Amino acid sequence: MKSLLKSAPPSAIFGMVVLAIVAFTGIFAPFVAPYGETQVVGDAYLPWSAAHPLGTDNLGRDMLSRMIFGARNTVGLALLTTAISFSVGSTLGMLAALKGGWLDEVLSRLVDVLMAVPPLILALMLLAIVGPSIPNMVGVIAVIYVAPVYRLSRAAAMNVVGLDFVEAAKLRGERTPWLLRREILPNIWSTLIAEFGVRFCFVFLFIAALSFLGIGIQPPTADWGSMVKENATLISFGDITPLIPAAAIALLTVAINLIVDWMLHRASGLKS
Amino acid sequence: MGNLLNIRGLRLEAGSRARPNVILKGLDLELDRGEVLGLVGESGAGKSSAGLAAMGYVRDGVRFAGGSVEFDGAELIGMGRGQLRRLHGKRIAYVAQSAAASFNPAKTLIDQYTEAPRLHGVSGRATAEEDAVALYRQMQLPNPEEIGFRYPHQVSGGQLQRTMTAMAMACRPDLIIFDEPTTALDVTTQIEVLGAIRDIVEQYDTAAIYITHDLAVVSQMADRICVMKDGEAVETAPTKTMLDAPQEDYTRSLWAVRSFRRPDAEAGEAQALIRCEGVSAAYGPMTVLDNLNFTFPRGQTTAVVGESGSGKSTLARVIAGLLPPALGQFFWNDAPLEPRLAKRDPATLRNIQMIYQSADTSLNPRHNIREILTRPVRKFTGRKGQELRARVEELMDLVDLDRAFLDRKPSELSGGQKQRVGIARALAAEPEFIICDEVTSALDQLVAEGILRLLVRLQTELDLTFMFITHDLATVEAIAHKVIVLKNGQIVEQGGRDEIFGDPKQAYTKRLLTSVPQMDPEWLTEARARERSLREAQ
Amino acid sequence: MSRLQKLVIGRVSLGILTLFVVSALMFVGIELLPGDLAQQILGQSATESTLAAFRAELGLDQPAHLRYLDWLGGVLRGDFGTSLASGREVSELLGPRLANTMFLATYAAVIAAPLAVILGLLAALWRNTLFDRGVNLTALSAISMPEFFVGYVLILFLSIKAGVFPTLARIDSATGLWDALYRSFLPALTLILVVVAHMMRMTRAAIINVLASPYIEMARLKGVPRWRIIVQHALPNALAPIINVVALNLAYLVVGVVVVEVVFSYPGLGQLLVDAVSSRDFPVVQAVGLFFAAVYITLNVLADIISIMSNPRLRHGR
Repeated sequence: MKSLLKSAPPSAIFGMVVLAIVAFTGIFAPFVAPYGETQVVGDAYLPWSAAHPLGTDNLGRDMLSRMIFGARNTVGLALLTTAISFSVGSTLGMLAALKGGWLDEVLSRLVDVLMAVPPLILALMLLAIVGPSIPNMVGVIAVIYVAPVYRLSRAAAMNVVGLDFVEAAKLRGERTPWLLRREILPNIWSTLIAEFGVRFCFVFLFIAALSFLGIGIQPPTADWGSMVKENATLISFGDITPLIPAAAIALLTVAINLIVDWMLHRASGLKS
Repeated sequence: MGNLLNIRGLRLEAGSRARPNVILKGLDLELDRGEVLGLVGESGAGKSSAGLAAMGYVRDGVRFAGGSVEFDGAELIGMGRGQLRRLHGKRIAYVAQSAAASFNPAKTLIDQYTEAPRLHGVSGRATAEEDAVALYRQMQLPNPEEIGFRYPHQVSGGQLQRTMTAMAMACRPDLIIFDEPTTALDVTTQIEVLGAIRDIVEQYDTAAIYITHDLAVVSQMADRICVMKDGEAVETAPTKTMLDAPQEDYTRSLWAVRSFRRPDAEAGEAQALIRCEGVSAAYGPMTVLDNLNFTFPRGQTTAVVGESGSGKSTLARVIAGLLPPALGQFFWNDAPLEPRLAKRDPATLRNIQMIYQSADTSLNPRHNIREILTRPVRKFTGRKGQELRARVEELMDLVDLDRAFLDRKPSELSGGQKQRVGIARALAAEPEFIICDEVTSALDQLVAEGILRLLVRLQTELDLTFMFITHDLATVEAIAHKVIVLKNGQIVEQGGRDEIFGDPKQAYTKRLLTSVPQMDPEWLTEARARERSLREAQ
Repeated sequence: MSRLQKLVIGRVSLGILTLFVVSALMFVGIELLPGDLAQQILGQSATESTLAAFRAELGLDQPAHLRYLDWLGGVLRGDFGTSLASGREVSELLGPRLANTMFLATYAAVIAAPLAVILGLLAALWRNTLFDRGVNLTALSAISMPEFFVGYVLILFLSIKAGVFPTLARIDSATGLWDALYRSFLPALTLILVVVAHMMRMTRAAIINVLASPYIEMARLKGVPRWRIIVQHALPNALAPIINVVALNLAYLVVGVVVVEVVFSYPGLGQLLVDAVSSRDFPVVQAVGLFFAAVYITLNVLADIISIMSNPRLRHGR
């Protein structure tokens, strides 16, 4: 592990540091934040000061505290959503690759339809039907992102199921759960991990975009996307405060992409 | 001193400069005009890199780290790109192993033929095209007038390889590098390509470096042979001398491999362990096996021989229960054998085991050797705890592997060692019958021989019955008691080993046998003559 | 009929089928709502008689499959029903906004596509040079940024600080072409930045993939000059993947328009869709969603057809 970290390029180390900071503030938000998530502490749009390092927002809440709680909400929900779509998508994908036949056919056609519609439009249409709320949003995005995860894990598993050691295990009479867990999963694990990073970025940006459009995470819950929306007026006065949550989104996504790039590079280097 | 090519102390490196991976460590080669030099060696010997280096070319990541490559008096290492380009294709040409991948899929064959002559100012398009047709004819390609206007995917592998040789000839170069040009081909196709290459090289008195791992092939093609090992030349001598009196131990051991024969080839009559009655099998609408009838005698090795597409691997899948037959039935000790894997009882699963061609894909790279062996022992024999551990160690002893390997991953083992683990895994079930699917094809000859000896020993010790699938007739002759010849899913001929090899009845079997390259330098000439007369007889 | 024709026709029909499935799913989704549409819109407090009147007005008293066919027939005639929020004809709402969105998307595409292909090509040819690394890192960052962040940063610097471009991209049918180009420059630039990054990375990967083929090495060993290898051997084989990349990213671009329109208050379909979703104006959501899906599916089908057509194995048969 130590040597692994040592071999990491500066870009990946930068990524890991950013990730660690966000994770820390997110987990310990109530202890780190100076004020409460929805606590009104003064007038609206107060400028930056010692008491409010990033000023206050459109309703007079402390910006810094909301940034910190936002880390917890936005990142946490993105993580939850990605985890759901991954566990469902990768299990179905591996199963389809292993079993083939009608199961594969049905699942793959379903996924084709899901992927034929642009994700944002599909999400907007579905959310219009079920109504915007946090559980609805998580559910809708998780369903949408099951499709690409399914495709990837199916393709990756396809490369493995044809190999002789899987056939040897079948000839031994091994059951499906063993084949999935012990023979296939370990061999597509690194692909899935890298894809998890990539998908997390997509989901994270997606949630931020939906919240920015006012259809994702609903007020008064603090989240980076809607914070941009709520305070956008300030930009016309040349104030950069509303850009800070947006920049935080960008920074975290860059960080994760840098880590994933390094992991993919390493994986391809190990193969050759 | 060769008067065309002189390679002196050539050193090639890859990887980091601090800790380089040395590919060639001071290679010396020389070549006269019109001479054919055979470059032989096992995988990793550095022969392909040496061939490319003779063109002053290295692949990405590889670099010249010393020595010199002198072609017709000019030093190629460090030569300017433009100058080198004027040599490539015009005076030195290259024929690659995989013609299918080395032709541009988007352009016709003749388009690619005429490219070099036009670029190097040798001839115009029209002349080059006429010339191409003439060369295609000399290479005995069917429809020489028309074949060039096809795209690569429209032409078969053997024809494509000849087209590529013609393309290399386009500017009538002084030197051609042939990099394993027939390795990917079936034996009966190989013989045509070998013949065509030898004729054309002789006719234009072109010098060539012929790279291969197959000693029999190189002895047909080369005037002189250089044996390479680990990036160095072990021994160089004229072909005749090299074959009759090799000097070095390594060379001698390479030569000796081909003479291995099992001591107990005469096995006599035995009861059938597996009997196959009227079995046909199909993938969807395509029939792959057509009404097969045969037996596998208990305690003996039955070799199933055929070229690619003959259905020999499908037969293995059918017996293993992965593909239930469409018609017919197998019998195990005269009792019907359940066709579907999912329905087979544990005893049947245990009794039929399989060893695969590629040790790389037959062992799960994420499990260590202990895990790979423990699972089948536990599953099939129910051993636990100390008994289980002891049995796994015993298996390692059985296949002559150090117990220390138990805690390593497959990637830390050599090809031969991995294949031994594959054998141990099959033995873990304590089976009566083992399917060996091309188990030595991916291995170097010396290693392959070790595996064959091991299998023969295990067969006598454990009273095993083998089904030995292979395309390599030399291996069949070494190990089989009984031979079944397959072609297009049908049995052409079957019988005892001596019967098949000594007195084949069917034309196809005869052709297959004459196509196997022999160490005798006259073999190609004689085999082609035989082939011609066989064809006329038909 | 050749195998090629069969494949193309198959792909087109699959695209049309997908579009039907999407429209039907949307319909079924609304159908599955607890209570019904009238209840949803009027709320729990509505009296039974108002609900009944509203249901009749929406045609909810008809069976579902009839209403779907009725709606589908309307769509084919260009009639998307009436907006629940404004009471206006949906097609009337759609018309000018459709033109605006297509204008913005085309604007961005015309600049982005050639730029991305050239950058990708250069990055692939000069692989692992400083140029390649710089372009790659920039692209990676651009991909990682939410569109609204890029949009606001551009507003802050080019509009508020420098005062070169307007903050809001207000255009209507009276705006002249040059004026429209000027006013919508910032939203177009936002789209370009994001799309170029994606497209350039994919182009680079496609070309590097082709350059690694054995036939490229063969061409080098035939003494073919570098530029000729690129033009004669690499490009004909890389063209299909590149065009594919372009088509896929144009599909992405059309969708990316939604967020950008909101940032710049650009009067296009995206903004209409977002407003309609918030007010749960289903006829509008259905119509706009269907339009975006149609464009997306068409471009994807086009990308597939181009790859099929340019595959020599399919084009020339056996």
